[in-house]
Amino acid sequence: MKSLIFRTASIYLLPLLLLFSIFILLRGHYLPGGGFVGGLMAGVAFLIHSFAFGLKETRNIIKINPGFLMPIGLTICVLAALAPWIVSLPLMTGLWFEEPFKFVGMVGSALFFDIGVYLVVVGSTLIIMFTIADTV
Amino acid sequence: MMLLIVLSGFLFSALTRPIGSIFKQALPWVFTALPVLLFIYFCSQIGVVSSGDSLTWTYKWVPSLGLDLVFELNGLSLLFALLITGIGSLVFFYSTYYLKGHAYMDRFYGYLSMFMASMLGVVLSDNLLALFIFWELTSISSFFLIGFNNEDPKSRKSALTALSITGLGGLVLLGGIILLSSIGGTYSFSELLSQRNSILSSSSYCWILVFVFIGSFTKSAQFPFHFWLPGAMKAPTPVSTYLHSATMVKAGIFLLAKMTPLLGGTPAWNHTLMIVGGITMVYAAIHSLFRVDLKGILAYSTISALGILVFLIGVGTEKALLAVGIFILTHALYKAALFLITGIIDYQTGSRDVSQLKGLQHVMKPVAIAGFIAALSSAGFPLFLGFLSKEIMYEATFKYAEIGILLTAAIVLTKIFLLVAGFWAGISPFTGELPENLKATKKPSPILWVPPLLLGVGSVLFGVFPALIEQSLIQPVFANISGLDTSIYLALWHGFNTVLLLSILTLIIGTAIYFQWKPSEGKFARTLRFEKISPQTLLEGFAVGFHTFAGVWTRAVQNGYLRNYVLSILAFLTVIMGYRFYEGVSIYLDWNQLSEITPSEVIVVTLMVISIIFAIVSTSRTASIVALGVVGFANCLFFLFYSAPDLAMTQFSIDTLTVLLFMLVLFKLPKNKIFSSKRIRIRDAVLSVLFGLLIAILTLEVFEEPSVTDISKYYADNAYLLAKGRNVVNVILVDYRGMDTLVETTVLIIAAIGVFSLIKLNLNPSKEQ
Repeated sequence: MKSLIFRTASIYLLPLLLLFSIFILLRGHYLPGGGFVGGLMAGVAFLIHSFAFGLKETRNIIKINPGFLMPIGLTICVLAALAPWIVSLPLMTGLWFEEPFKFVGMVGSALFFDIGVYLVVVGSTLIIMFTIADTV
Repeated sequence: MMLLIVLSGFLFSALTRPIGSIFKQALPWVFTALPVLLFIYFCSQIGVVSSGDSLTWTYKWVPSLGLDLVFELNGLSLLFALLITGIGSLVFFYSTYYLKGHAYMDRFYGYLSMFMASMLGVVLSDNLLALFIFWELTSISSFFLIGFNNEDPKSRKSALTALSITGLGGLVLLGGIILLSSIGGTYSFSELLSQRNSILSSSSYCWILVFVFIGSFTKSAQFPFHFWLPGAMKAPTPVSTYLHSATMVKAGIFLLAKMTPLLGGTPAWNHTLMIVGGITMVYAAIHSLFRVDLKGILAYSTISALGILVFLIGVGTEKALLAVGIFILTHALYKAALFLITGIIDYQTGSRDVSQLKGLQHVMKPVAIAGFIAALSSAGFPLFLGFLSKEIMYEATFKYAEIGILLTAAIVLTKIFLLVAGFWAGISPFTGELPENLKATKKPSPILWVPPLLLGVGSVLFGVFPALIEQSLIQPVFANISGLDTSIYLALWHGFNTVLLLSILTLIIGTAIYFQWKPSEGKFARTLRFEKISPQTLLEGFAVGFHTFAGVWTRAVQNGYLRNYVLSILAFLTVIMGYRFYEGVSIYLDWNQLSEITPSEVIVVTLMVISIIFAIVSTSRTASIVALGVVGFANCLFFLFYSAPDLAMTQFSIDTLTVLLFMLVLFKLPKNKIFSSKRIRIRDAVLSVLFGLLIAILTLEVFEEPSVTDISKYYADNAYLLAKGRNVVNVILVDYRGMDTLVETTVLIIAAIGVFSLIKLNLNPSKEQ
């Protein structure tokens, strides 16, 4: 799209939306949000960028093939689910650090699980989007 | 101990590759050692079992399904285990020479030992579910062995036919087993035995019978499922010997014999088996006279023998069940020998045509001796084991109530034909003048002729001294099948009576036919005229018809147009819901209960309606998509109004993504055109309005149901206590139902890969160029 306003705006929108998506991801356990919505937002962020500058530019920014995000995310999910096994608790039991971290708040296996979901969603959204956009 | 014995075959077949690559030469001998060792082990158990005990080994496998590996060694299973390992040893030994230098030698032994293990599993399992698993494994290993010459399309087809018939039967058998266990509450056969009365009186007894029968009949090649067996003769001859005459096809007989004390003794059981077995034995015996291929003759005479066994189980008297036990042994001994001999003739001369083979005794004396013994045992000459079994058979049918004469006539007829078939296979190739073209035939290796000769020795030894097997083998078998402790007694001489007369008659008429009747291509060709109405043609026709129907159906329903899929789904749902509402619907709206309508809601609804109308009438594609996006966003607002911020947020993102993706694709398409006719548009409009209306009614009806709040309350109360989260929706996703989420993310990945491969890999063959 050639609109100057849209292009200029999208330069600033991308980092803002990405930050926002991470914010949504982190607050998920206490307030509306979570990995799934966060992932979708990140996907939208990249999609907007590709509208303004074309697919090639967006690919250059992402650097890696977004397909890799899917197995990485899934691995994080599975590890988070398996983690309680090490301390001989049933699978998927929530494990939490005693003290809250700065900026992030309480960190536990559920958060890692959510991060995994986030990565999978970003990966699959981008893969689907890039494939479709490639062919038309 | 027993677990290792049963599974050793699987273990060996899994080790085929490593063993095969290290000891290429020794591989057949390593494998041959296995059945020999097992045979010795089972022989050592004869003493224990013949004293009336049965040995049981229990291993837990999947207790939650009631599936345990319980192995029981009793008379019946011992007889079969001895046959499996004994004939197995001979076949393994024989094949070391028969398949020497074959490229797939390692594979062959792998399949063969896998088969042996599964067959042992079938006969030893007390748990019926485990029996079913082993049963299917025999079908699978048989599939590989029939299709062993995998370059031959006929071979592959036969393998597939055999697999589908026996596999289908196995599936039906599973139904029977499940029904049995639902009545008896257990999969253990020995526990079910004690509940015989409740099973016999249950309403599903009839279905159990049908299922068990179909399972056995398909496996044991009974009419009308018999045709896979002649086709299975495409397998190498050692395989036919082992699977398709001595052991696997007898699995059905084994099952019927095993079930006799549980399900037998009722008119339904006896009559069905008598009729099916009777038809099979006569039909196949007549058929065997018209074949010229030695293996074809043997295949049909095997089917006929299996028919005799089913028939005898159906007759069900003490004598008949005794005959079952003896005839299983007799048949295994002489038929395996005949198959091995056929294999030798084929190997040495390259021909199996019975009308061409003559006078081979001059070049292969030991084989001829084995052939004569086998043929005479099959004919039931005195002093051969076949004589004993034939006498008892005739006695059993002759004394059977009013229709005894009829049954005797059927079995005498079958026996006469089988005698002829046996002579053709075991005597005819060896007698007469040796034709010129066979003069050069070389003497076969002892590895080939020792196994059939050993089997012949068995036939003679047990025939002359029946006391050898009377108490040790046959008595426990009889006790198992009949469930009685009556002491049995095998004698060579029964005195001058009708039975002996019939026996002599059989021999005379049979021998006369043998000298008068010459199988020839012409006679075989004449039988082909009846192919049109044979069960094989009918079933294959059915299969083709089914295939065609499936094709037509798929093209009609799955035509690849998204609009048609959506249309049929909506139409189907509309019809279902319409029918449901036709039955009567109770909607009650309490206006006071509804929350007050706020101005903001009115605005949002108006927005929705306007954008829907705009989406329909707009001629610009982009505008339509944006309008649809507005509908979605308006929906999100509703979620927000009714305090579901998580849902609203997700919906917002999804809608944005959808609109953007649509734009991405449709932006590049040519200008919007109207492709559909007015009629189609009206049809779609009517359907969608109807569907919406029904959904609205359904939604209102849902409110009539009292809502259950226990679960949501539990989630809300415990979210922070158990999962340290305040956002209940998120806690449900990552904690309470975390496993679901894990699987859903996997599904998402699969979907992404699906989209990628559908579009990128271009699997459509028409677009390849």
